[in-house]
Amino acid sequence: MRKFLIAATAVMVTAGASLLSASAEEKLKVGFIYLGPVGDLGWTYQHEVARQALVKEFGDKIETTYLENVSEGPDAERSIEQLVRAGNKLIFTTSFGYMDPTLKVAKKYPNVHFEHATGFKHDKNMGIYNGRFYEGRYIQGVIAGKMSKAGVLGYIASFPIPEVIMGINATMLGAQTVNPNIKVKIIWANTWFDPGKEADAAKALLDQGADVIMQHTDSPAAMQIASERGKLAFGQDSEMIKFGPKTQLTSIIDNWAPYYISRVKAELAGKWETDNDWDGLKAKMVVMAPYTNMPDDVKKLAMDTEAAIIAGTLHPFKCPIVDQDGKTVECKGGNHLDDGQVLGMNFYVKGIDEKIPGK
Amino acid sequence: MELLDPKFLESVILSILAASTPLLIAATGELVTERSGVLNLGVEGMMIVGAACGFGGAWLTGSIIVGAICGIVAGALMSLIFALMTLGLAVNQVATGLALTILGIGLSGLIGAGFVGERITPAAHLYIPGLTDIPFAGRILFGEDAFVYLSLALLIGVWWFLYRTRAGLVLRAAGDNHVSAHALGYPVLRIRLFAVMFGGACAGLAGAYLPLAYTPFFIPGMTAGRGWIALALVVFASWRPGRLAIGAYLFGAVTILQLHVQAFGLGIPSQFMSSLPYLATVIVLVLISRARTGGSTAPAALGNTFVPDR
Amino acid sequence: MQLVLEKRAERSNTIALVSPLIAIGLTIVTMVILFAILGKNPALALRVYFIDPLTDSYSLQEIAVKATPLVMIAIGLSLCYLANVWNIGAEGQFLIGAVAGSWLAVKTNGTDAGPWVLPAMLVMGATGGALYALIPAICKVRFGASEILTSLMLVYVADLFLDYLVRGPWRDPNGFNFPTTAEFDPVATVPILVEGGRLHLGAIFALIVVFAAAVMLSRMIKGFEIRVVGAAPRAARFGGFNSKQLIVLTFAISGALSGLAGIIEVAGPVGHLQPGFSPGYGFTAIIVAFLGRLNPVGILIAGLFLALTFIGGEQAQIAMKIPLDVTKVFQGILLFYVLACDSLILYRIRLVSTSRQVPSGTA
Repeated sequence: MRKFLIAATAVMVTAGASLLSASAEEKLKVGFIYLGPVGDLGWTYQHEVARQALVKEFGDKIETTYLENVSEGPDAERSIEQLVRAGNKLIFTTSFGYMDPTLKVAKKYPNVHFEHATGFKHDKNMGIYNGRFYEGRYIQGVIAGKMSKAGVLGYIASFPIPEVIMGINATMLGAQTVNPNIKVKIIWANTWFDPGKEADAAKALLDQGADVIMQHTDSPAAMQIASERGKLAFGQDSEMIKFGPKTQLTSIIDNWAPYYISRVKAELAGKWETDNDWDGLKAKMVVMAPYTNMPDDVKKLAMDTEAAIIAGTLHPFKCPIVDQDGKTVECKGGNHLDDGQVLGMNFYVKGIDEKIPGK
Repeated sequence: MELLDPKFLESVILSILAASTPLLIAATGELVTERSGVLNLGVEGMMIVGAACGFGGAWLTGSIIVGAICGIVAGALMSLIFALMTLGLAVNQVATGLALTILGIGLSGLIGAGFVGERITPAAHLYIPGLTDIPFAGRILFGEDAFVYLSLALLIGVWWFLYRTRAGLVLRAAGDNHVSAHALGYPVLRIRLFAVMFGGACAGLAGAYLPLAYTPFFIPGMTAGRGWIALALVVFASWRPGRLAIGAYLFGAVTILQLHVQAFGLGIPSQFMSSLPYLATVIVLVLISRARTGGSTAPAALGNTFVPDR
Repeated sequence: MQLVLEKRAERSNTIALVSPLIAIGLTIVTMVILFAILGKNPALALRVYFIDPLTDSYSLQEIAVKATPLVMIAIGLSLCYLANVWNIGAEGQFLIGAVAGSWLAVKTNGTDAGPWVLPAMLVMGATGGALYALIPAICKVRFGASEILTSLMLVYVADLFLDYLVRGPWRDPNGFNFPTTAEFDPVATVPILVEGGRLHLGAIFALIVVFAAAVMLSRMIKGFEIRVVGAAPRAARFGGFNSKQLIVLTFAISGALSGLAGIIEVAGPVGHLQPGFSPGYGFTAIIVAFLGRLNPVGILIAGLFLALTFIGGEQAQIAMKIPLDVTKVFQGILLFYVLACDSLILYRIRLVSTSRQVPSGTA
């Protein structure tokens, strides 16, 4: 009897709720799947900042929802599907590991539109987007080359995937234009986010003689350590100057807001189409934090480099590119590597002595 | 940069000291708990709640000391729940400890949610003009933050308590044979309550160390499994304080050195390096247990429920 | 006057029946208070957590999908715990089982292998898990090393090993260097039971395992031996039961079940091997085992219930912006209450006067 009452109540409540929602105004529901907590001050935080920009821009016309701390395994597929079932029509999945789950759900719901970040599989209703962060890395390399007195850069890397490798290579290429003998020491943290480990890695790199720290991990720990030791560092994903007022040279900021706004606009106008967006400094998807803690001539050089990349006169991967074994890499994009080569990059450029792990 | 360069060695030793400190503090507390006969697997949960509360306290008041006290109190309160269950209601210790860990992880996320993204000034390092400037030994001996000194003082204090005081003797007796201890008139449950709460306080302090001194901000999950390592350390040390220090610094050393090996460019898979501390613990566990005939050297009553007969 | 715990002359059967309900009731009260503190409507939150997921077939299927590995692993763990052996490394055995079975999937990927692939993968998964579990078991029986810590340390090792494999030798050559194996061929994938959902054959396996465990524990000699060795070790010795052999056996079975759950999960809902595919099932299963009071049917119910809280927790995050941490808090509190109420089966609480106490200096 009790079970019947519970079931009956559930049915009535659900029916009542759906009646209410049917009569409410038709807002566009936009959903987000986040890998980490919104407060991670890094990757997820920037997506959250962009989501809040959406709310500000579109006000009552949309309703946003997010799920944070969604692990990349089987739970991801269910989380995405739950967003769909909750009525979201445009869903952003913000990590590589969500690629296959997004694809599976996309196939199931052809009328819902999906946007997947940093992946490579797409479909009629699933677009992909990514930032040309390597452009920012190149600029950082130029700055680092100038600012490093020891001629040794310290790089805290996460995992040996192309996205990270291209960042290391772009940094080196930029630094080599200023100091052909620049060296880099790389530590693989095997995590995107572990402040303790990142702090330890920063200490180790500094102990081994690096005096400029760059990272492809998401917390401000390294910036903090560099600040304690009076060295220089670059932030990642977001502004980290709070943690190193005299330390941060610049930071690569993931600026997803303009992209998100344009996609929501398209969706509202009924004009959303699948796309493969890989934008950089020019489209402002990648933004450099103000250049600080450097002399004016270095600042000018950085700004000129940035302007040249935006204007298209300078490509970070302009040919000839020589890999660490001395072989010249085939140049498929005219006078620079083409997108496919960059996306699949799994070699180091000349000047890096270490080997890529796992090769 | 020479491998044997004193400045380099000094820097590495300093990193190792810092990395080992939370392990040492948490393990010291758990050692006392286990010596009294109670196995508290909830160290990770207590540590992480200590981290959240410690950071919150420091951020709200601007004082590291207040933060540390908040961490201590938080850890002690968590352990009180454990004590009520296992000592008060004679519930299975393993299950309760695990429940405490899960509860702690969830609670710390809720408590800490409001603090993520904030920054505090980390704990200051000691500076004695003249002494701290001594090359090589100066910063190691006289240039650390309060937590490092506290961890060593704590360990020495615990050693002295366990082996040089009557109360410590009684605590060890309760851990080895609670039936006899009870028959002799010792308040076994009360002793264990003290031991459990001391363990909780230490875990809370160890957790608080992370956002107060190591990386001055709070992120959910920042303990990253250190509580489990502390548990392993207690066994690694055969429940002896002196060996605990060795174990803690050894573990800290492996954690730091594996990063240095990478930076040297030696090309060993990083996952293998990362797994070394854990493999080392298993091997040491086996070796220690083998060395004694008849099995491990744990306090004989460890993990057994005790309900006094009336 | 003080409260003391007193052992009952015999188990209280009424409490045994009623305690789970009391525990659930107490948990709900605590959660209502928690929701109120968080500023969320308690009644609505409870509904979203516990009732909504039961109202549509998609959620029901997802509950079954989530419960499948939990139940399988928990059954194995319950055998260990009944024998008083504490296998905490189920997560590691889960991962190694997934790795062992995936080896075959990766080897035969793209070739036109026959339908023997999946059964072979399952066998390999179970074997891998069993062998991995034997490490802490042998360390315990041969060297007396604590199985809690050895099995726990091996979890980290397993995790790192999986990471190494998927980033290195087993990486999908067409995957742009991303850390994942190629998608498993259809012959290497666990079949779905219901079109349009994710309910797969593994659920049937889980039910079979529950049934088998129930039969073993209640009707087979080995099951009896396991229970006696755990509850009364001296009696077991007198009865000639070889406790060392039982330790190894229970670990092996537990490892096999965890490993089987691992390969089913990878070859089913996930579809390929990648690092971090497990959201900690091995540890959650420990809670399920205790919630189910180490009884096969109880574990089935507990597994489904816990899966319900996961699904409900996700829906609560969407519908009410309740953080996922609340789910963990709920699970921890529920376990506390269940354990506490269960202790009343064996003990009762009494008020006694302190004058009967042995004087100990300080009152």
